[in-house]
Amino acid sequence: MTPVLEIRDLSVDYGQGEGAVHAVSSVNLVLNRGEVLGLAGESGSGKSTLAYAMTRLLPPPGIITGGEVLHHGRDKPAPVDVLGLSPKQLRSFRWNDIAIVFQGAMNSLNPVSTVASQLEDIYRAHRPEMSRAQRTKRSAELLRLVGISADRLGSYPHQLSGGMRQRVMIAMALALDPEIIIMDEPTTALDVVMQRQILEQMMRLREELGFSVLFITHDISLLVEFSDRIAIMYAGRIVEQAASEDMYRASSHPYSKGLLGSFPALHGPRRPLTGIPGSPPDMRSVPSGCPFHPRCPSAFDVCEREIPVLEKLSGTNGDSSRSVACWLNTPSLSGHPGVGAT
Amino acid sequence: MTGEVVLAARGVTKHFPVARKGRQVLTRQPRAVHAVDDVSFDLRRGHVTALVGESGSGKSTVARLLAQLYPLTSGDIVLNDVPTKVKRGKSFRAYCKQVQMIFQDPFASLNPVHTIRYHLTRALRVHHGRVKGEELEKGLASLLERVNLTPPERFLDKYPHELSGGQRQRVAIARALGADPTVLLADEPVSMLDVSIRLGVLNLLRDLKERLHLAILYITHDIASARYFADTTMVMYAGQVIEGGDSETVTQEPAHPYTQLLIRSAPDPERAHNGVPTVTTAPGEPPSLISPPPGCRFAPRCPYAAEKCRTATPPRFDLGESHYAACWLYDSKTTDEHPRRDTVEVGA
Repeated sequence: MTPVLEIRDLSVDYGQGEGAVHAVSSVNLVLNRGEVLGLAGESGSGKSTLAYAMTRLLPPPGIITGGEVLHHGRDKPAPVDVLGLSPKQLRSFRWNDIAIVFQGAMNSLNPVSTVASQLEDIYRAHRPEMSRAQRTKRSAELLRLVGISADRLGSYPHQLSGGMRQRVMIAMALALDPEIIIMDEPTTALDVVMQRQILEQMMRLREELGFSVLFITHDISLLVEFSDRIAIMYAGRIVEQAASEDMYRASSHPYSKGLLGSFPALHGPRRPLTGIPGSPPDMRSVPSGCPFHPRCPSAFDVCEREIPVLEKLSGTNGDSSRSVACWLNTPSLSGHPGVGAT
Repeated sequence: MTGEVVLAARGVTKHFPVARKGRQVLTRQPRAVHAVDDVSFDLRRGHVTALVGESGSGKSTVARLLAQLYPLTSGDIVLNDVPTKVKRGKSFRAYCKQVQMIFQDPFASLNPVHTIRYHLTRALRVHHGRVKGEELEKGLASLLERVNLTPPERFLDKYPHELSGGQRQRVAIARALGADPTVLLADEPVSMLDVSIRLGVLNLLRDLKERLHLAILYITHDIASARYFADTTMVMYAGQVIEGGDSETVTQEPAHPYTQLLIRSAPDPERAHNGVPTVTTAPGEPPSLISPPPGCRFAPRCPYAAEKCRTATPPRFDLGESHYAACWLYDSKTTDEHPRRDTVEVGA
């Protein structure tokens, strides 16, 4: 597995000085070539902020206070730090190398121009050498790719259903054949039937075209099904990272367990579930130590004082992709044996 | 099934007129959105009934009709065996005292300029006359305690913006309980809340149902949560109830092709790891409700659709143990009986 995007110690604040809100705190994350990495978390956990920061789309008052985002380009010899790109380089980096399908994408199409003109705009801006005929041909191809017949090119967004608009947004993201696609809650506004159709199509396209996906959502049961690895965020930090099957079968962080236990199952035995007591922290006053400790069923004294670091979980079957930020996994501190995969 | 029927819908239908513009006023027939068509069910005390459907299936309209917020096009709403139709004034308040509604968005359903005390006091005074002093304080405290917002004095003088989403929804539930109702209509009560606190609110509602012997209508788009929370589940598609029965039966042995599709489409972590092949979903989308297709409304997308499905609306077929489905596949006398309706021309 070769990495295509590496996030190192990325921190993002909203505002400056005393009142700054630390939305993302020293996050490390690696997206490998051709994989689907799921990023789960509740609202306010910093998952969208992270996506905007790594593409440098963060609107003020968001400030990137530290870290780097390394992009290992297909045909570039050395990795490039996205955070240091000049505006001109940034312009060619976005969309060419990394594309985003935004949250509520259904409403991000321009209502007063046709689908064709919005698709062709991309080529006009990024591929000025293409002729008009080529642009039209390529736009029709894109629509076919996402399962819309080419005669919809002349339609305005309001003439399309929500699901079709979402497909158009995906087609736009694919337009320049990027290496990375960030999907920020791509199907939250859609019904389950349409959601499945679109995600399955996305996964087929990934097989065909070989891009990597960063899939951001609050619905962890969806991630277990559709992604290769899952990272879970809480209060601006990644608390656990593992292959999705390991995450589902034997998550290790109490928050991951709680989050997985918050989705009632459709099959299997009906069992009482509790969710997680309390409510997500106010990011203006994050609890000291581990931000999850006030809601954690197994918190002990260290949790209140010190922030746990994300560490590779030892003691399991040589599984190197798995890391957890929880004091329970430091046996000398907790007095518990490491609560790893059971 | 336990508990007597408190509220029942009998052939409830709601059509919203569509505005006609320009020359349509002269030429076209009046058109309407067939939001809800011929929906019947019972709500029993101590029983949670879930109404599951996609957006636009008419499930919220059903809740609003039951709350008497819209007038019915046809059909009856039967409260304690009496067909009831109220508009406003005293009779509306008397109805509200029995049937209370909880809305989806607790950020919008509480007035931001008033304290929790004000919201709850209003609920008590509107439905129980001039409560004051000691009695009022006791009433307020017991309402907050019922929804597990303890100690009550910590919450009474707060404003909605000082509470989290889950706490606000609990206040909204407390306000509904202020009327001492027999029926709660919960329209997507948890879908705006953070995932980790949804179950807390659902468990609270279940607990209240047990203790206060309430009848609850739980409206949701998430069929897994219906299985978790509700005793009976009904599935709506394009304004009609197409299947209903015991929650466990409906989710484990779905009969109607649409319910099957819905269940196959729901995210299921097990599926990824059991090597079950990915689902092939029915193409297409729900039909336009201005000119719904004749016959079964799911027929255009249905893999099993036969000629009959496109021409005649399927009635409810009983599948035993109060499980029913509106689908011609379950017609026991499929042999010769032709549908008695005239074949209608199939629209676009």
